[in-house]
Amino acid sequence: MVDWSPIFISMKTASLSIFITFFFGLIVAWGIVKIKNDTIKSVLDGIFTLPIVLPPTVVGFFLLYIFGVRGPIGKFFLDFFAVQIPFSWSATVIAAVVMSFPLMYRSARGAFEQVDSNLLDAGRTLGMSEWKIFWKILFTNALPGIISGGILAYARGLGEFGATAMLAGNIAGQTRTLPMAVYSEVAGGNMGEASYYVIVIVIISFIAIFIMDYVAIRKEKQWR
Amino acid sequence: MSNKSLKVDIQKELKEFDLEVNFELKKGRLGILGPSGCGKSMTLKSIAGIVTPDNGVVSLSTGEETVYYDSSKKINLKPQKRNVGYLFQNYALFPNMTVEENVACGLPKDHDEKIVSDMIKRFHLEGLEKRYPRQLSGGQQQRVALARILVYNPDVILLDEPFSAMDTFLKEQLRIELSNSLKDFDGFSIMVTHDRDEAFQFCDELIVLDQGKIIAKGDTYEIFENPGKVEVARLTGCKNISKVEIIDDYHLKSLEWGLVFEVSEKISPNITHIGIRAHDFSAAEKNDVNSFDTKNSTILEMPFEWEITLANGLWWKYDKQIHEHEFELPKYLKADPKNIILLEE
Repeated sequence: MVDWSPIFISMKTASLSIFITFFFGLIVAWGIVKIKNDTIKSVLDGIFTLPIVLPPTVVGFFLLYIFGVRGPIGKFFLDFFAVQIPFSWSATVIAAVVMSFPLMYRSARGAFEQVDSNLLDAGRTLGMSEWKIFWKILFTNALPGIISGGILAYARGLGEFGATAMLAGNIAGQTRTLPMAVYSEVAGGNMGEASYYVIVIVIISFIAIFIMDYVAIRKEKQWR
Repeated sequence: MSNKSLKVDIQKELKEFDLEVNFELKKGRLGILGPSGCGKSMTLKSIAGIVTPDNGVVSLSTGEETVYYDSSKKINLKPQKRNVGYLFQNYALFPNMTVEENVACGLPKDHDEKIVSDMIKRFHLEGLEKRYPRQLSGGQQQRVALARILVYNPDVILLDEPFSAMDTFLKEQLRIELSNSLKDFDGFSIMVTHDRDEAFQFCDELIVLDQGKIIAKGDTYEIFENPGKVEVARLTGCKNISKVEIIDDYHLKSLEWGLVFEVSEKISPNITHIGIRAHDFSAAEKNDVNSFDTKNSTILEMPFEWEITLANGLWWKYDKQIHEHEFELPKYLKADPKNIILLEE
């Protein structure tokens, strides 16, 4: 009998992490775009992009260092909330967020920078609030790029393996996500079981991309 | 309404030069003429509050005084609070909003729908309310942009090179349209341009900017007739400009064309150049004042004028009819002493 838990765990992890990554990525991208000092901009850009160029295990190492029971954040959670982060489900979310964040951030930043700055200035001289300018002009006009960033980030979060293995481990029913399950089954010589998981992951990925693409194209066609 | 004035006195350090602009506008339309990158747009953006100057004052008084910016009092009003309309070069219409939504975008949520529909009617945009900017012609886009500004009832309208990105035909049409649209507007308007025709057509008063500094200021006609400085002459379209050597009070020698000219005005020692507009030559006899021969000239035919480049480098433009194709170049040309513009570097 195939164990379905990796599917639920993966869905839960990918959904929560894309939610966090999406908004966090947007805010950080907007903040970076607004920075005028080029040196500060490059340094911050480097830090936010790092997870995608480092080997996932190295990111996992840093995460363990930070969120581990002796790490600064890990200790805080353990002392004040009696929550142990490493090897818990929340660790899979943290790993997925950190690994998918650069994709979201970079796409959103690129999309924001593509929007004609005159549009924003026009909004200001017309008396629109900064909040309204952000959502109605910047966000809306950058939407195609933002959505494609979201798609990439979602797929990256769903497929996250290395950092998850380091921080969350591979505990069946708790932190065993789909990629972990594929690895475990193959390692145990069960190619048949592994192929179930592979099919599921391909289908989920494809549907997600299809839906998001479709939404983006529909939205754009209206005014292009 | 007679005590209105817009005071601008700003300094800002830019990469290439320092911008220093000051003027006071009492009525009507001001033009800022200058080559690209001279600080024209920066001046407009400082008035609108999009860019913050380093120092100075920008204030509007319409009975009561509104300080937009004052570096000594640390006042810097947000663009949202200035009530200044800005017409961007590319109009900056929001591509994701319909005509109607564009016009209404700056109004409060509970605005009267009638204001928007009146504005749409005034700018002849009926039937286009649900269209997106991309589905409009250039002229319609300009009207939407103006409607969007005027619905907000601004005190000042800033026009940033409104025609620079257009072909000649559309440009001429839109100039007329813009002129008509702004006829009823009784606030201030400032237009920035590098095109002397636009400046001449639109503006009662003119400021000429070069490298961030004002090099001429005053009545538009006056500046075109009497540019005073080499750069101003060039920007107002004077084709022939030459460095000179002063011979006596009324004579000087052009170093570029190798000719001696008599002028009608006493030459002050500051004069370094002269300018002669390409239309200001006429046929002459050999011994006339300021005459010279026309050997080895190049003649180019344009639809409505002949363009003659003389061997010494002078340009002459001579009006013609479209069906005339024959042209006999006079043996000698002259420039009336009155038409020789004395210039300072």
